[in-house]
Amino acid sequence: MPVEALPRLDDAAAGQEFLYTLNFGPQHPATHTTLRLILTLDGETVVKAVPDIGYLHSGFEKLGEDLDFNQYVTIVDRMNYISPFANEVSWHHTVEKLLGIEVTPRCKYIRTILAELARINDHLLCVGAAALDLGALTAFLYAFNEKEKIYNVFEAASGQRFHPSYSRVGGLMNDITDAVVDLIRDFVKTFPKALADLTRLLNRNRIFVDRTTGIGHLSKADAINTSCSGPVARASGVARDLRKDEPYLAYPDLQSTFKVVCSTDGDCYARYLVRMEEMAEALNIIKAAVENIPAGPVNVALNDKVTIPDKTATYRSIEGLIQHFELFMWNRQWDPPADEVYGATEAANGELGFYVVSDGGPRAFRARTRPPSFIHFAVFPRMIEGHQISDVPAVLGSLNIIAAELDR
Amino acid sequence: MPATLATLDAKFPGAFATSAFRDNTRVEVAADKAPAVLFDLLKCLKDDRGFDFLADIAGIDYLNYPNATDRYGVVYALTNLATGERLFVKAFANDPDPALPSAVPLWAGADWMEREVYDMFGVVFDGHPDLRRILMPAEFTAHPLRKDYPLRGLGERHNFPTITRAES
Repeated sequence: MPVEALPRLDDAAAGQEFLYTLNFGPQHPATHTTLRLILTLDGETVVKAVPDIGYLHSGFEKLGEDLDFNQYVTIVDRMNYISPFANEVSWHHTVEKLLGIEVTPRCKYIRTILAELARINDHLLCVGAAALDLGALTAFLYAFNEKEKIYNVFEAASGQRFHPSYSRVGGLMNDITDAVVDLIRDFVKTFPKALADLTRLLNRNRIFVDRTTGIGHLSKADAINTSCSGPVARASGVARDLRKDEPYLAYPDLQSTFKVVCSTDGDCYARYLVRMEEMAEALNIIKAAVENIPAGPVNVALNDKVTIPDKTATYRSIEGLIQHFELFMWNRQWDPPADEVYGATEAANGELGFYVVSDGGPRAFRARTRPPSFIHFAVFPRMIEGHQISDVPAVLGSLNIIAAELDR
Repeated sequence: MPATLATLDAKFPGAFATSAFRDNTRVEVAADKAPAVLFDLLKCLKDDRGFDFLADIAGIDYLNYPNATDRYGVVYALTNLATGERLFVKAFANDPDPALPSAVPLWAGADWMEREVYDMFGVVFDGHPDLRRILMPAEFTAHPLRKDYPLRGLGERHNFPTITRAES
């Protein structure tokens, strides 16, 4: 039998791409939340990543046009549910800007302290979960231990651990008690040790450092061009922090207590380090603020007709009763100017802004959110391309994508 | 800020109006001028006036808004990172074919923001590299943040195709 030469494999394969597609998510332990990546792989190298989002879209912005300024606070809570109070602060910051209200000094300080606690909470989750995805379980447990203490503070202040819904137009649901202040003081005392433990567990952890250094690099020019903000941008060398650049709440008084943490490396390890240092800076803010909470009312004066009166005023005085009635009847409520305003605060993940359009009625005509997770996830493909598939959880973990905020 | 507005006025005379509220300064480009002027105006702000950071793109549907003359508004929230100034550029668009030039060539970050505005309001961004729906499923036909779209939807959920176990 004559022997025929088979066509060589190289010739047959010449025009062929040996790439294959991998669906990462929407249900995958390393995505933590509901998001999907369509990865094109060459062996283990990611050639192309296409994010597919919207699995958790629940029409928050549409609800913002239906609920009034106080009711919508329960919805913004559920955007970045790891630091819900930071969202509340941002929402009411914008609404108060629209209405032209200046909140009381006491309210400013309480909001500032709780927003910083929310920042620490968010960073703890991000750092802990990022380490967990790379195999360091202990750091995750240490982080969650501290998170419990922060939840205790929120529970003592508002009665709710996870979604406090504590902020109100022109003030807060109620004043904090001394017990809350004691809890915060305890936290300020014990947290440095926990942070030092975390640092020792991760900063020089061979596996963690090797798997994050040089991974998911984002240059400064790219970070600006792709609208990154917060720790992601600061890790790439963009020295922007709204707490310094556009001080709001009590931050004008607290400027000397904290620094803006930046890095120039722009990789996952830099983002991790920035978050760790930001926790230390946030603790400095809390430490200074909690000893300087001004006395006085927590809500703006009753005759401003914007804030819900406390129950004593509602039941015992005619002015309080009238105002309660005015703020809860759907055809009365607030009387904002028919105009639009953008307000932004520095949330844990970056610039959290709201663009509120008012038609003069008590509900927003349009309540646009500027969600930092959404903007950071758009950058993900350019960070991961060229890296290995095992780097996907590292980069995702360093960006701290919260799907509820991503999809709203 | 006055210097920026003066630069714009010299380059694009009569193409825009300005307004201000609280600490927001707005540059408003009318619907008939926006397709021709908007991109150059944003480019001028970025290159000549240092507004290098696009913080946000917000879509607004002005249906039934008091004294509104145009249907859709798209607001570009620009920031000058060197000085910290903010400027809001608002462009209008109208039915039946609301369209604006895409800002993606200027800011890569505009990619997903414009996709969201398209998804939610149906405003088309000419020149966008990949203008698909982003939050709603691809087969969705309506634009849910438009004011004529009801809060509880148009029954999409009830008419959603389901597969039985036998078919799966």
